[in-house]
Amino acid sequence: MSKASKAETDAAMSDLVPEPRQKPVVPMKPVSINSNLLGYIGIDTIIEQMRKKTMKTGFDFNIMVVGQSGLGKSTLVNTLFKSQVSRKSSGWNREEKIPKTVEIKAIGHVIEEGGVKMKLTVIDTPGFGDQINNENCWEPIEKYINEQYEKFLKEEVNIARKKRIPDTRVHCCLYFISPTGHSLRPLDLEFMKHLSKVVNIIPVIAKADTMTLEEKIEFKQRVRKELEVNGIEFYPQKEFDEDLEDKTENDKIRQESMPFAVVGSDKEYQVNGKRVLGRKTPWGIIEVENLNHCEFALLRDFVIRTHLQDLKEVTHNIHYETYRAKRLNDNGGLPPMTVETEENHESNP
Amino acid sequence: QCPASKSMGGKGCGGEQIEESCRSLSLTGHVGFDSSPDQLVNKSINQGFCFNILCIGETGIGKSTLIDTLFNTHFDDRVANHFQPNVRLKAQTYDLHESNVRLKLTIVNTVGFGDQINKEDSYQPIVDYIDAQFEAYLQEELKIKRSLYSYHDTRIHVCLYFISPTGHSLKTLDLLTMKNLDSKVNIIPVIGKADTISKTELQKFKIKLMSELVSNGVQIYQFPTDDETISKINATMNGHLPFAVVGSLEEVKVGNKMVKARQYPWGIVQVENEHHCDFVKLREMLICTNMEDLREQTHTRHYELYRRCKLEEMGFRDTGPENKPVSVQETYEAKRHEFFGELQRKEEEMRQTFVQRVKEKEAILKEAERDLQAKFEHLKRLHQEERMKLEEKRKLLEDEMIVFSKRKAATELLQAQAFASTPTVSLKKDKDRKKDPGFRLEILCFDVKNQETDQEQREREKLERERFTHREFQK
Repeated sequence: MSKASKAETDAAMSDLVPEPRQKPVVPMKPVSINSNLLGYIGIDTIIEQMRKKTMKTGFDFNIMVVGQSGLGKSTLVNTLFKSQVSRKSSGWNREEKIPKTVEIKAIGHVIEEGGVKMKLTVIDTPGFGDQINNENCWEPIEKYINEQYEKFLKEEVNIARKKRIPDTRVHCCLYFISPTGHSLRPLDLEFMKHLSKVVNIIPVIAKADTMTLEEKIEFKQRVRKELEVNGIEFYPQKEFDEDLEDKTENDKIRQESMPFAVVGSDKEYQVNGKRVLGRKTPWGIIEVENLNHCEFALLRDFVIRTHLQDLKEVTHNIHYETYRAKRLNDNGGLPPMTVETEENHESNP
Repeated sequence: QCPASKSMGGKGCGGEQIEESCRSLSLTGHVGFDSSPDQLVNKSINQGFCFNILCIGETGIGKSTLIDTLFNTHFDDRVANHFQPNVRLKAQTYDLHESNVRLKLTIVNTVGFGDQINKEDSYQPIVDYIDAQFEAYLQEELKIKRSLYSYHDTRIHVCLYFISPTGHSLKTLDLLTMKNLDSKVNIIPVIGKADTISKTELQKFKIKLMSELVSNGVQIYQFPTDDETISKINATMNGHLPFAVVGSLEEVKVGNKMVKARQYPWGIVQVENEHHCDFVKLREMLICTNMEDLREQTHTRHYELYRRCKLEEMGFRDTGPENKPVSVQETYEAKRHEFFGELQRKEEEMRQTFVQRVKEKEAILKEAERDLQAKFEHLKRLHQEERMKLEEKRKLLEDEMIVFSKRKAATELLQAQAFASTPTVSLKKDKDRKKDPGFRLEILCFDVKNQETDQEQREREKLERERFTHREFQK
């Protein structure tokens, strides 16, 4: 084609393509300027305002305990929250049927301390690891966790949303390791491998009063090594350390304290004039909250007093977001449009 | 007694059900989760806070001065003139530090508000700006890969509306603007340059203003009264709206202190004196008591309303045509199909139109070609005719020449014979006779030939050129 006619076709095309929409004439990117303050304004009162608001709304916390039966899960949860949160199962009677699959039992409680209300939900998983064939016994658990994410997502995506979406997502999963003294069992590894990607896992060594101090240290080292070798990232995950301060603090916990070797008890005994929680044995009283005896106090401080909010945030900002992104991406990947679909669509009014 | 537990595989407590089956437990010792608010607050401190203020008011009513006074800093020195063609918004962000609190403060000012002769479109840029911030947040929230916790929130948390201190009533522009904004942002009306009104006039003015706002159904921000610690003070403050403010960063000596004030010949107006103006009340309410509530209201009320309207506009519904809940997934897929269908249809349309246009153009070009061809033929014919004519002429001339040569030969013969008989015949005459007409004839013949070739050449060149361009067209 000659040049003249090409130009003419270009002109014809530009008549068909509409002009691009004009960008709105509003400033979208403000400029940052640092200012010095002269005199007190009162901006720091926002801390108080925020604190008051959070105390009024209260907190949700959902903790899941996973482990073979008889490892002391219920006792530990009761000790953690200093109340009869879980009903201890007295084992399976011969007459009762052992459940074929893992059950998920969630029980909610409202506890208050110091003006702060907390809605605590303990999710128990009886039947985990108790069958002869334990293949895929983590699947019901994974399904439950994903269901909670799905519930939250559905609420979030509604047109008319609730002011405060009820949070049933699992914030923390305590995994109980049997104190064999050797190494992790294949079931342990499989479970943690699958679930460390969807939930915060905190491994604990149960019934730690069966090990001496040296055995404890060795066992912990071996467990840590095995977890590392298998690429299992337990909470606090290295990649989510926000700043140097967090990193050093969390490194210390990751490399020395975890997994916590715990002992649980809800009975009190008299020791040195004080009433303490403990287990009475012929050879002495094991004090639960004594750091020389076991690491229960460390676990309690870690989960409740320092990292409670962080557990919730990692669940919300990372695990939930991962789930959401995956879910929305699956939706977006529609199959290629076939001719029939087009025709069907054309016929739709 | 232990509560009943739901033991269906995979199903946990529902949101509402848990409220009923939840029971209160008493703790037998100190657990330690009363530090949760502190943990939360610490996290927020680490992240920093955002606060965005929008100031609407006529040029020169004291918006920038008031903001400077509120935050004790000189923010922006540039003063706007009164000749803006339309209303613009100017936003600036500042990082402020106080003890361990980091605040990202954004001040948005309206430039040129109320200056135009025709003020019909004055409020529209403001509404558009507020909507644009909501839209940006909504887009971020709807993204697949999103990072809401590190998102710089630019939504307007509070709007300070400056009323002119006329002493009479609200201007129509004020009513119109506030009516359009009250469902989008928290509005706190203030009376600017309040040192121009006397105390008694001020009382009457405030009452008039509030009654006008109420009778026109404008919803201004009410300080919350549900928290017992602050409900009393908030309720009192609600009664002092709109705040009559005076702004100044200049310090004047009063007594033995330096205070922020404006010095007049007749006295000194102290900014922080509650008898002189309501500045302290505004600062108290805006910053010290209700900043968090303003942010919360913006997010849970105004933003949710915007989001709901926007999504409904896009066709999303919570319930389908038979009032059954429709999942977003279905709506989304349906929309996507629809969108693709639209896209394909539009593409087809465009292609058709394009093909049409090309055909038309081709037809036009073919016409042109045909015309050109016709012209070419015509010219060729003309040329042929001319040529033939010239050939004829030439033939005639040649014939004449032959005749002439014959005659010449004949006369020469005669002359030779005559000369042989009479040698005194005037050769000259013959020569002259021979030369002049013959030479002229030859010259004539030569010129005609030249003319012929020139003309022919020109014609030929012309035809060549036309043929060339025609070939170009054909390409």
